[in-house]
Amino acid sequence: MSVIQDPVNAGVTSGQQEPGGTNYINHSKGALSWLLTLDHKRIGLMYMVMVLAAFLLGGSFAVALRTLLFLRAAPDVAPMTPASQDLYNQFFTLHGAILVFMFIIPAVPAILGNMILPLMLGAKDVAFPRLNLLSWYCYMAGGGFFLYVLLSGGLDTGWTFYTPYSTSTNTSVAAATLGAFVLGFSSILTGLNFIATIHMLRPPGMGWFQMPLFLWALYATSVIQVLATPVLAITLLLLFAERVLHVGIFDPALGGDPVLFQHFFWFYSHPAVYIMILPAMGIISELMATFCRRQIFGYSFIAFSSIAIALLGFLVWGHHMYTTQSAMANAVFSLITFSVAIPSAIKVFNWLATMYKGSISLATPMLYSLAFIWLFTIGGLTGVFLGSLSLDIMAHDTTFVVAHFHSVMVGSMLTAFLGGMYYWWPKMFGKMYNETVAKVAWFLIFIGFNLTFFVLFVAGSQGMPRRYADFLPEFAIYHKISTVGSYVLAIGLFLVLYNWIHSLLAGRKAPQNPWGGNTLEWHTSSPPPHENFIEEPFVSEPYQMHAWDYDESIDGYVFNRARAEELEKQGHH
Amino acid sequence: MSSEHEQSNHAANGDHHHPAHLAHHFETPEQQFESGKLGMWVFLATEILMFGGLFCAYAIYRGNHQDVFLYGYGALDKMWGATNTVVLLASSLTMAWGVRAAQKGQQKLLVAMLIATFMGGVGFMCIKGVEYQQKWKHNLFPGTMNAFYYEGGQAKYPEKLKHAIEFIDGRNSGGEASGGGGHAPAGHESTDDSKPVEHSDTVEADSASPVIIPAVFGAPADVSTIKPPANPTEQGVLDSAIDQAGDGSTPSAAHTQILWNDLSGAEQKKVHLFFGIYFMMTGLHGLHVLIGMVLIAWLTFKAFKGQFSKDYFAPVDIGGLYWHLVDLIWIFLFPLLYLIH
Repeated sequence: MSVIQDPVNAGVTSGQQEPGGTNYINHSKGALSWLLTLDHKRIGLMYMVMVLAAFLLGGSFAVALRTLLFLRAAPDVAPMTPASQDLYNQFFTLHGAILVFMFIIPAVPAILGNMILPLMLGAKDVAFPRLNLLSWYCYMAGGGFFLYVLLSGGLDTGWTFYTPYSTSTNTSVAAATLGAFVLGFSSILTGLNFIATIHMLRPPGMGWFQMPLFLWALYATSVIQVLATPVLAITLLLLFAERVLHVGIFDPALGGDPVLFQHFFWFYSHPAVYIMILPAMGIISELMATFCRRQIFGYSFIAFSSIAIALLGFLVWGHHMYTTQSAMANAVFSLITFSVAIPSAIKVFNWLATMYKGSISLATPMLYSLAFIWLFTIGGLTGVFLGSLSLDIMAHDTTFVVAHFHSVMVGSMLTAFLGGMYYWWPKMFGKMYNETVAKVAWFLIFIGFNLTFFVLFVAGSQGMPRRYADFLPEFAIYHKISTVGSYVLAIGLFLVLYNWIHSLLAGRKAPQNPWGGNTLEWHTSSPPPHENFIEEPFVSEPYQMHAWDYDESIDGYVFNRARAEELEKQGHH
Repeated sequence: MSSEHEQSNHAANGDHHHPAHLAHHFETPEQQFESGKLGMWVFLATEILMFGGLFCAYAIYRGNHQDVFLYGYGALDKMWGATNTVVLLASSLTMAWGVRAAQKGQQKLLVAMLIATFMGGVGFMCIKGVEYQQKWKHNLFPGTMNAFYYEGGQAKYPEKLKHAIEFIDGRNSGGEASGGGGHAPAGHESTDDSKPVEHSDTVEADSASPVIIPAVFGAPADVSTIKPPANPTEQGVLDSAIDQAGDGSTPSAAHTQILWNDLSGAEQKKVHLFFGIYFMMTGLHGLHVLIGMVLIAWLTFKAFKGQFSKDYFAPVDIGGLYWHLVDLIWIFLFPLLYLIH
């Protein structure tokens, strides 16, 4: 493996400071230096601000729709009216559309991926910095369309835009499809950038199997983004043409086929759920290794299972359509759906094996990893239930599906995202957060999530349909509990936000490496300088953490280069 | 992408002489060139998947409404389609030649080839414009404006519908139907522009006119001479055909032409769908040609200013890839829309 000849740093590195002590945040000043920046870290930060704003917006709709259901459960407080039912349709649609297209898909790749991927490669930037900036502007434009939707009659089709309803409702479907179309470009550009960057900008000494697992996950994600998103693009264009010109492609009255829309839509949107979960799994791999202070167990299995999930993910879209397609197609899609469980379980077992006899530190990011494993197992296994035909015919379009989906998207993806944010927060901003507040928030989120969604499994299994503003009296108790849970979840999330803002304003200065991880982002200062590394970092096995010694005075780890070289030599014998 | 390759990329770090066109985050021009090329290939993959969706829609609707497609394609002008194919293939040749010129540092040749490629794009779009014009003249728009549009089971524009039926029936039973074989020789392309239109006008005037049925079709129009189709799958089409005087053209041994009355009542209401798909496919492709032309204009400008050299020609190479893809998609569109029947 490569060794950078640098006698000064033969022993302990002192962090990589720019001559003036500047970093990427204060490297240059003024609004234009941000709006025209080509620096992947700044673009990541700009994404962070906008994506979190979208999260706040979409999350508010979730709380609002839960509140409506709570009021329905207590009709003497505020009886359900047609107006409030329309409002409910709008709320669940905007909740889904905004959070899917503007939060879950871009969250990990666009924020943490942009921020960390080039650092993990020891590179100065992504392969195409201008495309990277363009992707942010696409995101902004797409967000603009959604804002227009909000102000111009809303949207009530559900985030899936199913025809023929989406071609006949008088809400702003056309603007929403254009918004999702433009957001798709943002996603494609990010994926394209990451593929080229991982192929071309790995440092000497870092082969594919010396890459941190987060990069494998991002690579698999990028492949899906690049191959699936264009199909959504054409679907939305056709839907747009259908709505504006009435060409008839999805309208049976005009010779079209509405089920074709479902096929097209899920050909993208099923792989898209792997766009959402794969990078989250990548984060968990990093957190597991670092906080168990162990070489990750089954590196190549975790790496290949990401690729396997990405590929299998393209072949299972029909499991959203068990009620609309032939029995033969159902059987095939069911079989392939089950097979996705294999690579997913491989990951879970490898993470558990990493914990076994590890030196586990229950720092906040690790708590999120534990929550992830718990909730992902629930979400994944209920996915197997739903993959089986006979059960899905019954559970189709019930809140059981809602609970399954949210276990994976919120329970797993969101917890991994938060864990990743806490993990890389010191690197991104050079500030530590308050550990106690972070743990309390974690607890609230975990409890709140389970309260919100566990009862929906029960209600769904008893026949409570999803997307219904009204329900039978026996379901009232579930809706009440679920709504209370969503409030707890929301309080937990606001506490996270408070902690982050507090950290920015008054946080303790972060050391270069607060956790002792050995991936390359920890080999530069916190926050990193403008071009990431002043000198090229020492590339070694990503999870070989024995060259980092804890230094109490800075409450962080310092790199012992001599030992790292020694360990490298041993590794080769 | 081999590890030696990367090693050498990074090894060059020591004697850094950053050429002007080398971005700061790349170590060597080769690395930058390879990255750009990889990026473009990945982008082309997205383009193929996007058009793949359209091709998929085409295949499904063709399967579901075979007669509609057999009928509708009669409105398309094979000669213009073929000409456009030649134009686009020629522009791909000049583009490839331009890349070669750029690699060898032949500035003038590069500029000439880029201009030629650009003109190919202009030619393509002009011909496409003429074709669209022909459709619009007969109210064959995508969607609700289409002459064949039905609303609540009733033709929305009965007059326009009659006119459009005459137009397509005339072509399906007449000169355009020969699959190119019996068409005017290529040398007459320039007059072809107006020919189909005049042609249909003739049909309007006298749909039974024997003049418009070329000799290659064998027997002149005669109700009594309908032969069984060569292709059994088209039997059903003919079975339902009720001859009317003059319109019952003789099917040749090679293929059967479908006329309006050959379509079932349900299919008649779906003819507009063919035009929806035709305009979506060719429209999206045309948009890509326009984007390609902007790209080539930009390359021409840079080449004219002498910004490319033997050592730096990546944009030409990568832009060329895009242009070839646009060409390639047309190579699939042309037979699917104009030829298969």
